[in-house]
Amino acid sequence: MKRFFSVLAACLFLVLPIFSLASCGGENAVAEDDAVEYRGTINVYNWGEYISDGSEDSFDVNAEFTKATGIKVNYTTYASNEDMYAKLKSGATGYDVVIPSDYMIKRLLDEGMLEKLNFDNIPNYKYISEEFHEPYYDPTGEYTVPYTYGMVGVIYNTSRVSEEDTGTWDLLWNEKYKGDILQYNNSRDAFGTAMYRLGIDVNTTDEGEWRKALEALAEQKSLVQSYVMDEIFNKMESGEAAIASYYAGDYLTMSENNEDLAFYYPEEGTNIFIDAMCIPKGSKNKELAEIYINYMLSEEAAIANAEYICYASPNTLVTESEEYIEYMGEDWIALLYPENFDFKTEYDKNCYKSLPTETLNMLNGLWEELKIDSNLGAWVYVSCVAIIVLLVVWGISSFIVKKRRSRYY
Amino acid sequence: MKTLSKLYTLLIFVFLYAPIAILVLFSFNSSNSTGVFTGFSLHWYEELFRDGATLAALKNTLILAVTSSVIATVIGTAAAVGIDRMKNQYIKGTLISATNIPMMNPDIVTGISMMLLFVFVGGLLKLDNNLSFATLLIAHITFNLPYVILSVLPKIKQLDPQLPEAAMDLGCTPMKAFFKVELPAILPGVLTGLIMAFTLSLDDFIISYFTIGSGFETLPIRIYSMTKKRVTPDMYALSTLIFIAILLLLILSNVTSARAEKKTKKK
Repeated sequence: MKRFFSVLAACLFLVLPIFSLASCGGENAVAEDDAVEYRGTINVYNWGEYISDGSEDSFDVNAEFTKATGIKVNYTTYASNEDMYAKLKSGATGYDVVIPSDYMIKRLLDEGMLEKLNFDNIPNYKYISEEFHEPYYDPTGEYTVPYTYGMVGVIYNTSRVSEEDTGTWDLLWNEKYKGDILQYNNSRDAFGTAMYRLGIDVNTTDEGEWRKALEALAEQKSLVQSYVMDEIFNKMESGEAAIASYYAGDYLTMSENNEDLAFYYPEEGTNIFIDAMCIPKGSKNKELAEIYINYMLSEEAAIANAEYICYASPNTLVTESEEYIEYMGEDWIALLYPENFDFKTEYDKNCYKSLPTETLNMLNGLWEELKIDSNLGAWVYVSCVAIIVLLVVWGISSFIVKKRRSRYY
Repeated sequence: MKTLSKLYTLLIFVFLYAPIAILVLFSFNSSNSTGVFTGFSLHWYEELFRDGATLAALKNTLILAVTSSVIATVIGTAAAVGIDRMKNQYIKGTLISATNIPMMNPDIVTGISMMLLFVFVGGLLKLDNNLSFATLLIAHITFNLPYVILSVLPKIKQLDPQLPEAAMDLGCTPMKAFFKVELPAILPGVLTGLIMAFTLSLDDFIISYFTIGSGFETLPIRIYSMTKKRVTPDMYALSTLIFIAILLLLILSNVTSARAEKKTKKK
């Protein structure tokens, strides 16, 4: 019994300091000033690493919001639009603010899962640049407030890729760089690269067009080092791979660790996305959620977020801020906000729209075809079956031998 | 042959510990890259203790792991004692296999079925929030239970059934006999079950992912959600600290049990 207590005490000693640390750093301590106007807690559901959170001496948006308004923020995160959608659908209601991408917003809106916003509570909406009003996913502009946007481009390592090969999507299909190319491990984005290259509409429902893209991807497969998502940061920074396509904002953070990396937007066109804030149906703190959205558009918060995330901001308070331009530097600004760029037409042409279910199923099927169709896969299956057969044969034969022996004795 | 076997052991240790070594190494990296080591610094450890959301997630995870493992240990020990005292061997065997099945079950099946159950019951009771901390706790207790039962049951079987009888002869009530005689004897099994349940609950991702409600985040889920952009190196720092804590705990429990063994041998 004594031993039990000593071990228990040791456990407690190990755990206690973490608890006390967590409680002093973890809760967004409410400032005890009298300016507190509201009471309540809102649940915010956002992408991981998608807000300025106070790390590396940045501005802690959620904590400052609590300080300014008295509203507590319960902040949780997800890794993909689909994860978020599954969570909302599974009956985990109680989220007050979610920040999905354009095509997912369309889907939520079509299924009646979003609340109309009361723009009287969001006066800062006037700072959102004209180009982002009433986008295709929210044609009346009543449901969403844009948060960030960005474009996909090609990242390459200048020490290994010659300049003349760059400029178009063809770089990802260039045989010279066999084994140095990374491709998305995500059907929509991977097919996107092939479709922009071939000039196919990325939102087509025609199976023949998708098959053409599949052929291009199959042809590319022998050149591809691996299919990746966030491992791309690692592989490009360490120089393990030399060519990949990813978001412009993420290229900027990669280039901080590897100066050889360069970036361009392919001539044929490329994906543009908008992530926007909205309030899901069932929110119990709609007014507080609107105050939060309004706060996210305020100068301090919006600039802090734009500097932290490195994606482009639709907020004129950010794009016109001298502090922001100075922080990012001219090169980065030029990259994030290309000049002479007709955003609205390009966006309508090249963004991913929500596809009908049959097309999505077909796309999944084609993706499986691409990934499974490999020699390694077949080899693994054959050897597995062979081992199982051998085991069964061995088991039966030893059983028979035993039976025979037992008959002799 | 001897060198070969030594080499083999070495190789196994390299396979087991190389990933952890790399993780520890990169937690001391001065830049945020996970591919290039630019220099030694304690930067990410400082960053970790300033990262409120991560510490809150750590706190949530620990609260969940402690409560779920303690509750599962109490219920599981009681269940194991009950199973051991069953008279009908046929029912007993069936029950033991039935408690073993959830362990074989893939996590994803357990997770989805739990979620469906909670949503269904929540719908029946007309709750507005089907998933919450309570559902997460129930799910964790459920998947911890079989492991506790599995580690307690053999200890009870080893126990001499005459011991509690003797205690009762000497005037103990059955309850007192259990706490004074049986429980101390099976304590190593109970402790193993507790520790196993604690670690399982600590690093569970899949089941939590399906049963967690809004406004609550455990550490594994937080780390997973970072994979769209990048997992920040303060997570490596945190993992390193957790690894060291668990290592210390293990050494401690081994030393104490070795000492106890020595004592009993001397007697």
